[in-house]
Amino acid sequence: MSEPVWQRGDLLGVAELSRAEILHLLDTAESFVEVAARPIKKVPTLRGKTVINLFFEPSTRTSSSFEIAEKRLSADNINFSTSSSSLSKGETLLDTARNLEAMAPDLVVIRHAHPRVPHALAERLASGVINAGDGAHEHPTQALLDAFTIRRRKGRVEGLKVAIVGDIAHSRVVRSNVLCLTKLGADVTVAGPRPMMPEEPESLGARVVYSLDEAIEGADVVMMLRVQLERQARAAFPSEREYFEFFGLTAERLHRANDGAIVMHPGPINRGIEIASDVADGPWSVILEQVANGVAVRMAVLYLLAGTKSGEDGATP
Amino acid sequence: MSGSLVIRGGRVVDPTQGLDGPADVLIEDGRVTARGPGLAAPGNMPELDAGGLVVVPGLIDMHVHLREPGQEYKETIETGARAAAAGGFVAVACMPNTDPVNDDPSLTEFMLKQAERAGWARVYPISAVSRGLLGRELTEFGAQRRAGAVAISDDGRPVWSAALMRQALRYARHFDLPLIQHAEELELSGDGVMHEGRFSTRLGVEGIPGAADDVMVSRDLLLVADTGGRYHLAHMSTARSLDLIRAAKADGHRVTCEVSAHHLLLTDEDVFDSGLDPDFKMHPPLRSAADRDALVEGLADGSIDAIASDHAPHHPDEKELDFVASPNGIVGLETTLSLCLDRLVGRGVIDLARLVELLSTAPARILGVTGGSLAPGSPGNVTLIDLEREVEVDPATFRSRSRNTPFAGWKLRGGPAGTIVGGRVIDLP
Repeated sequence: MSEPVWQRGDLLGVAELSRAEILHLLDTAESFVEVAARPIKKVPTLRGKTVINLFFEPSTRTSSSFEIAEKRLSADNINFSTSSSSLSKGETLLDTARNLEAMAPDLVVIRHAHPRVPHALAERLASGVINAGDGAHEHPTQALLDAFTIRRRKGRVEGLKVAIVGDIAHSRVVRSNVLCLTKLGADVTVAGPRPMMPEEPESLGARVVYSLDEAIEGADVVMMLRVQLERQARAAFPSEREYFEFFGLTAERLHRANDGAIVMHPGPINRGIEIASDVADGPWSVILEQVANGVAVRMAVLYLLAGTKSGEDGATP
Repeated sequence: MSGSLVIRGGRVVDPTQGLDGPADVLIEDGRVTARGPGLAAPGNMPELDAGGLVVVPGLIDMHVHLREPGQEYKETIETGARAAAAGGFVAVACMPNTDPVNDDPSLTEFMLKQAERAGWARVYPISAVSRGLLGRELTEFGAQRRAGAVAISDDGRPVWSAALMRQALRYARHFDLPLIQHAEELELSGDGVMHEGRFSTRLGVEGIPGAADDVMVSRDLLLVADTGGRYHLAHMSTARSLDLIRAAKADGHRVTCEVSAHHLLLTDEDVFDSGLDPDFKMHPPLRSAADRDALVEGLADGSIDAIASDHAPHHPDEKELDFVASPNGIVGLETTLSLCLDRLVGRGVIDLARLVELLSTAPARILGVTGGSLAPGSPGNVTLIDLEREVEVDPATFRSRSRNTPFAGWKLRGGPAGTIVGGRVIDLP
């Protein structure tokens, strides 16, 4: 018998995943899609498992997506957020880990504003850790749900041209997506205004251009990133009007993309800033499918990790 | 308290005398009185056998943080001076960012008294440039000098106001005090926590561009040209800063600079490879490989004056925070010499005489303190070096109260074999 593809107890980043692991995860997610179509949207898979959602940074859509995924798998879940948590700034990682451990969770979902906090906690925790976004570093479940959405719509990821446009420097979505999509064989281009580009952007592993038109020329997938409006104060862009003029996706500009191109956005969207309303609401848009698929993909992640960390034999790796 | 001692059978390396060869060193009443092969010494004088060892002018670490008063849980003057002795340093110059800040002669006097009480390495306090390090009013340079301060610096922060910098450079000329600048344009470093480059890009970490240092160095050097002041650039980290310093020296300005061992040996790739280990976080950050290579070249060609540790102790609990949240700085008193011996001298980047210049002669000259030489009449401050000693960096054995080092586990060849201050042996491993 061959080794099972999935042996991980944590999902910390796409960087650690192999192509085979990603594909296994996407295949697993397929089987969870139909749960959402059932009248009783619940399976007993994680009954008796405890999942802690630990959000050190405000999040609505990722946290609710995880929460729904957990509930549909029948896990018991508890939410800590910065507002309601005593796990506050200044507590050592070890103390945070010990406090979590004392509650004996099976899985901990962590969102933190600082890079690699989930990684550091995973080293100190026996339970499985899922990175729900660490600063501008990684957001693996977002990249997986994006790949899942692309694959469902286009039938494949390999060989597709994908353009990712926006604040490349400060986006965890772009980092995880470039890693994930290139591992699956896509041809990825990132684009944005220069003040929103990191140093040596090529080191992300994608082609780099500085114009929206160039990025979407011949693209099969156009992924627009959310503009964080507070960046205007830091002189990353002069005005929303000017941003839309040069980097906002309009139906007219989208004609440069391939026929049948799809438009994605991790949400929440800023209408009229990075994306025109007629594009967001138009036939190209798969933005709401991303949200729906997010639940299935997170169910798959929870299912696979729970199986690894406390399998039938109760062994913990 | 001074002593008498004859150090026999060692290889004496003293660049101030152009000396590298077997010789004895005679120290009487705390001063070097003679040097040469087979010295006659008074019969009752204690002898130290330095056979197989190198005998050099006592090493001086011109940039350390001893945390006392105010943060004694990180380090005290006693534990810091003890760590210095163990690391082969006969003296250290301590930065004023204590709590309260050393912006008053009473603080300088307190530090000197604590150091004297401790009795390990000598401690030279550095006065703040501005009261409270707030960058608004100058401290009393004259009174601080008289109390024993050897330099002025707001280290930890830059002297940010160009107007204050200009006045400080002008006023310090009265007392021949070097102004030691932590060069950082704060608006450019922003929220950055590591070098801005390909590795910060991959990690999604806010970067500190090299320009944050270079812009400030450039401004400072224009003010040095304008005022004729004495300027020493602390912990230089970029290739461009080095070029600016070279040009200022070529123009004849009174400019010197130091680098830290970690900026000579580590890069932002090491930060990446560590997985953002807080023991790799310091300011200025570990820079690119190109910057590191330029600094190594500057060391070899003489553009860089000194090596300093920038010893910055932090309690283990503070480094048990994540990378972004943890404080800047690493300890270095007990690793610097071995790192330099193994990675710089051992690998042929510089020779031993040049290392002695960088760690002893130049710091003494810049700070205007005695030492840095074994010429007769010099203080009897000597460091013994064992080039063959196998050292494995083990933070658990540090005399320092803190353990924050990125070099844990490094195996190095060469290390201190004895520290002698005023003819008295203060450390013998």
